[in-house]
Amino acid sequence: MLSVHNLHASIDGKPILKGLSLDVPAGEVHAIMGPNGAGKSTLSYVLTGRDGYEVTAGSASLDGEDLLALSPDARAAKGVFLSFQYPLEIPGVPALTFVRAAMNAQRKARGEPEVTAPEFLKRARATVAALKMDFDMLRRGLNVGFSGGEKKRMEIFQMAMLEPRFLILDETDSGLDIDALRIVSEGVNALRSPGRAMLVITHYQRLLDYIRPDRVHVLAGGRIVASGGPELALELERSGYDRYGEAA
Amino acid sequence: MNAVARASAWMTGAALPNRRDEAFRWTDMARVMKALPPASAPAMAPGWPGPFHGLADREVVFVNGFETGPDLLVLGDERVAARFISDTVSSAHMARLKVQVAAGCKAVLLESYEGRGEAYFANTVIEIELAAGARLERVVVLDEPETAVSVSTAEVRLGRGAHFAQFVAAAGARLQRHETHLVHPGQGASVRMDGAYLVAGARHADITTVVEHVGVEGETSQLVKGVAADQGRGVFQGRIVVAHGADKTDARMRHDALLLSDRAEVDAKPELEIYADDVACAHGNTVGALDENALFYAQARGLPAAEARAMLTRAFLAEAGDRIEDEAVREAARHWVEERLEAIAS
Repeated sequence: MLSVHNLHASIDGKPILKGLSLDVPAGEVHAIMGPNGAGKSTLSYVLTGRDGYEVTAGSASLDGEDLLALSPDARAAKGVFLSFQYPLEIPGVPALTFVRAAMNAQRKARGEPEVTAPEFLKRARATVAALKMDFDMLRRGLNVGFSGGEKKRMEIFQMAMLEPRFLILDETDSGLDIDALRIVSEGVNALRSPGRAMLVITHYQRLLDYIRPDRVHVLAGGRIVASGGPELALELERSGYDRYGEAA
Repeated sequence: MNAVARASAWMTGAALPNRRDEAFRWTDMARVMKALPPASAPAMAPGWPGPFHGLADREVVFVNGFETGPDLLVLGDERVAARFISDTVSSAHMARLKVQVAAGCKAVLLESYEGRGEAYFANTVIEIELAAGARLERVVVLDEPETAVSVSTAEVRLGRGAHFAQFVAAAGARLQRHETHLVHPGQGASVRMDGAYLVAGARHADITTVVEHVGVEGETSQLVKGVAADQGRGVFQGRIVVAHGADKTDARMRHDALLLSDRAEVDAKPELEIYADDVACAHGNTVGALDENALFYAQARGLPAAEARAMLTRAFLAEAGDRIEDEAVREAARHWVEERLEAIAS
C-alpha cells in the first residue's frame, strides 16, 4: 500500500523531514507518535501535496504509483484522505454540497459515473446516523460555528462517505472529549478492512486505546527512530520522548 | 441639490462629475465622457427575456429612455418588473421612474438594466416612496456591455413602520454606478441594503449607498460582497448617518471583497457618521484573496484547483443574495450571479 523511502522535505528551505522511511501494508493500521515539532504534520501535508512543502529527496508511492508527482486532488482520487488536525470552515457551502462535489470530482477523475442525488442522500443519512450526528448539520456551512468535536466528527463523516483506501488521521483526538473520542474511533474502526490502510498521527497514546494499531513508529528529528508493536505506545506514555534525545 | 436632481442635470448641460468630486472620486465620469453623446433614438421593445422572466405580475419597459408604460407605478401586493433597456450605440438617454407602495402592501420591484448596444450613456433616476406599513423588496440586476457608461440614482423615502430591502447585483461596465439615498424615519421602520458585484476584464462597478437615520429606533443592515478579477475594479461607498436625536439606532454595515488577480482593484469607503448618543452601530470591511488553507482543504478532498476556487468564490458571493426574502426572486438573482461568475472563471 503506502511506501515511503528516504523522504526529505523542507519548508522555506528549512529541512523538516530528514530521510523518513515507512511501509504501511494494506489492511494495517500504523501509528506515528512523536514530540511536537518532529515533523508529524509535515509528513501528512507532504503525502497529500500541500503547497510550500518541498520534497528534496526520496519517494512516496501508493501501490507502486508515485504520489509526489500528483496534484492534491489527483491523490484524493487515488484514495488518499487526510483527516485534518484543524478542519477548515467553509462558509456558504453546506457539507452535503461539499462532499457530493468532492465525491463526483473523484469519480470523474477515475472515469466512474456520478453519484445520483437519492443514492447520495441515502448514504449520507445512514452515515450520519452511525456517527450520531444531526442531519441538519450537513445543511449548514461546512464546519461553520462547529465545536472542535463536531469538526472532527464531520471529518470522519467525509471519510466514511468518500471511502478512501489510504487514511491519514492527523491528531484526530485533539479537542475531543471522551464520548466524542469513542464515537469517532468507532467510525474509524468501521472503516478498517483488508483493502485499506491507515496512518494515525498522534502525540498521545490515548487515541490508540480506541484505534488499536498494528505497528507504532516514533518520529523524531524528521526520521523514524524506533518501530514496534502496540506496546511501544504504552512505553512512550510511561517514559516520554526524552530517550530519543538529540533526534527529538 | 439632491442626488436625483444632480443626475438629471447632466442631461441638460451640467458638468459631469470627476474624481475631484468626493462622491465620484473612484468613478470619474468626466474622464470617460469628454462630452455628452447625442440623444438616443427610440428602439424596438426587447425580444429577449430579462433576468426576472416569468416572475412579474406586470412590467414597465423603458427602451433608450422611452417608456412603454406609466412612469408612475403604484404597487399593491404584487411583483412588478421595471426593465431599463439600452439598445443603442454611442448615444445618451435618461429614464425616470416613480414608484409608490400603497399603505400596508407588500411588493417586490424587479429592476433590470439590460444593455445590448455599445458605448452608450444610460442615466436612470428613480424615486421610491413607501407608505405607512408598506414593505418593498427591490432587487436590481445590472447587466450591461463593457463599453457602456451607466448610472442609476435612487431616492427612497419610508413611511412609518415601513420595511425596505434592497439587493443589487452588478457586473460592471466601462463605468457602472448604482447609487441609493434613503432617509430612515426609525420608529419601527427597517432597512436592508445589500449588494454583490463581480467585475472582470476592464469592468468597473460602483455600489454607493447613503442611509440617513433621522428618527429613533431605526434598524439598518447592510451586506455587500464583491469579486474582482483581471483588471476589474469594484467600488463600494457605504455611508450611514445617525442624526442628532436618532437614539437607539441599530445599524450594521459589512463589505467583503475578493481579489482574484494581482491587477484587480477594490476601493471601499465604509462610513459611519454618528451624532446621536445611544446607538448600536458597527461596520466591517475586508479585501483579500481566497483563503489558501480552505483551497487546499477542498483540493485534498478531491476537487481540482479551478473547481475549488469556483466553489469558494460562489459561496463567498452568495451570502448577500441569500438574504433576499422572496424565494423565487432569490433563485433568479442567484442564477444570474452564478452565470456571470462562470463567465469570469472560464
